[in-house]
Amino acid sequence: MTTGTTLALAGLGAFHGLNPAMGWLLAVAIGLQERSRWAMARSLAPIGAGHFVSIAAVAVAVTVGASAWTTRVVAVAGGAALLGMGMWRLLSKRHFTWVGMRLSAWQLAAWSFLMASVHGAGLMLVPVLASGGRNGPAGHLGHTMASEPGTAAKEPGGRTTGLGEAAVHGLLAAGVHTVAMLAVGAVIAFVVYQFVGLTILRTAWINLDLIWAVVLLAAGLLTLVGVLV
Amino acid sequence: MPRFTPDPTFYPSPRDAAAAPVEKLAYVAAFARPADKPDALAVLDVDETSASYGEVVGWTELPNLGDEVHHFGWNACSSALCPTAAHPHVERRYLVVPGIRSSRIYVIDTRDDPTSPRVVKVLEADELGKRAGYSRPHTVHCGPEGIYVSALGGHGEEGPGGVAILDHTTFEVRGPWEADRGDQYLAYDLWWHIGHDVAVTSEWGTPSMIENGVVPELLLANKYGHRLHFWDLRKRRNIQTVDLGAQHQMALELRPAHDPRKQYGFVGVVVSTEDLSASVWLWTREGSEFAVRKVIEIPAEPADAADLPPALQPFGAVPPLVTDIDLSVDDRFLYVSAWGTGELLQYDVTDPEHPRKTGSVRLGGVVRRTPHPAVPELALSGGPQMVEVSRDGARVYVSNSLYGAWDDQFYPDGVGAWVAKLDVDPRTGGLTPDERFFPHDTDFRGRRVHQIRLQGGDASSDSYCFP
Repeated sequence: MTTGTTLALAGLGAFHGLNPAMGWLLAVAIGLQERSRWAMARSLAPIGAGHFVSIAAVAVAVTVGASAWTTRVVAVAGGAALLGMGMWRLLSKRHFTWVGMRLSAWQLAAWSFLMASVHGAGLMLVPVLASGGRNGPAGHLGHTMASEPGTAAKEPGGRTTGLGEAAVHGLLAAGVHTVAMLAVGAVIAFVVYQFVGLTILRTAWINLDLIWAVVLLAAGLLTLVGVLV
Repeated sequence: MPRFTPDPTFYPSPRDAAAAPVEKLAYVAAFARPADKPDALAVLDVDETSASYGEVVGWTELPNLGDEVHHFGWNACSSALCPTAAHPHVERRYLVVPGIRSSRIYVIDTRDDPTSPRVVKVLEADELGKRAGYSRPHTVHCGPEGIYVSALGGHGEEGPGGVAILDHTTFEVRGPWEADRGDQYLAYDLWWHIGHDVAVTSEWGTPSMIENGVVPELLLANKYGHRLHFWDLRKRRNIQTVDLGAQHQMALELRPAHDPRKQYGFVGVVVSTEDLSASVWLWTREGSEFAVRKVIEIPAEPADAADLPPALQPFGAVPPLVTDIDLSVDDRFLYVSAWGTGELLQYDVTDPEHPRKTGSVRLGGVVRRTPHPAVPELALSGGPQMVEVSRDGARVYVSNSLYGAWDDQFYPDGVGAWVAKLDVDPRTGGLTPDERFFPHDTDFRGRRVHQIRLQGGDASSDSYCFP
């Protein structure tokens, strides 16, 4: 992974970490309810796991897809998905509903998975992992790896290895993203719990969903333009 | 369009809400008992610095006759900040106002001109009936799954009563809330411990038991509701039913602690058929179960039969008739209205097991007819009934009508219409009527007054996910 890719993945993760709806606020609520910083910290693990699975599903699909077919096909499909998700997030009036505040670790992970999935969180990795446009497979993907996923698929008999490596690459990307998300979320959770207090939500909880919808649309457009124009 | 920052009337915790700015307007359900004119939503000026303080400054008539508007609520409230189902960028702007007699539900927009709210949607009785199976909508709460509307009757049938879910944004009826109601049949109020995934419901009676007045034979046979139901809020399952005892007739208003860490609350019981007393009960979580016990008892007051309405003459006493209770946002004071004897009582419930009486104000009453200090020559009918407490706990508002047919039985020479405001010292307790605030009678254009909601929220409208 190049520095640029890593930074992009980490940056997206940090953005999700920032969003109260993606986990840290729930962790703070659990901490306050149990009167325990430890309960708060503990809840971050399943939240991270759920987020990771949601992201990894898309990331692996992209890297393996780019390996099996061409980056171009994946980028077109991903760009279209981004546009669709962006439009849905922009226009939908329904909000994510999960009734219940007493969650087991499994339920926390499931909640986090659904939250990230409904948000289209993983889709944003498409432009990062499948860029490259008309030049074919992403040139900057896996420079540090023994064989690039895109080229591995074309080597005789190398398909299985290539796909496996591509999958690992996708998991790695999701991992970088999730670690960044968790790090930012954990810091905010701790600062809010310990020092700032939740009153800050009243002014600081800007409508990140609205921004996210616009970002999804922009990313979808850029991806499609990059591939097709 | 959604907002960019959270609605400023949403507060993460009860402590934050208690520091909210003072309300400037109050909305009051005003209904025409003979359905000869439409019901209305009256808007009261409650801004002490305003020239029209204490006056009706807005009046929105509904487009139909005979609704009998009753308890109403906001489309969204502080529970929108709850982290598992957060939607903090919706606006608290619509009042969802049910007609308990017509089963219609009105959606009324208060945003553009708060003193002149507009009806923007009408749900006909059929929509509630066909989609949710209920009628006689009664209490409205904004919550995690949408808008919860408790209803007393079934669709075209007596029961069971229950809870319908309305969509947050479209206000369409999504369906009945219950997945497994157990043997719950009678319905009345609904609220919850949102931090513990527990809902609580109470019991009054089916439409035929209430719509033409209290039925003495049913009351004396202890047929009205006397149980509390505890539910899994997430799975929508009845998990426990507690019987207060058959003589404790009509377990009505539920006031759970606002602190989401706590699992206790209060319920008012209208009358005991043993001695006509009224009572307040406390529920607490004991391990995996809830226990309920009586913590306040208010005795009946002996009276001369000649001073009593026919319904009460055989008893020679006035029952207190606790018809509403309200818990301040800081969970410190419980207000109890005794509509029969005409008294509003204040208890310090810092120790919920041992309420301590800290204040009392007499207004109206079946026998006493205590006047309001603002108009000392006017004998008042009705009594403190619906109670609403400001978020900071410093002001308490009461209105005087219970329910059309029941007003007529207990106050047969007319219940009148009045709203009073009482000032409270939130540190020490005590209640003082505000002599500048007493809208009454013709101010309400021939309607009776029921529930009051305060602009921006009040003690009985919001629930909080953070302590």
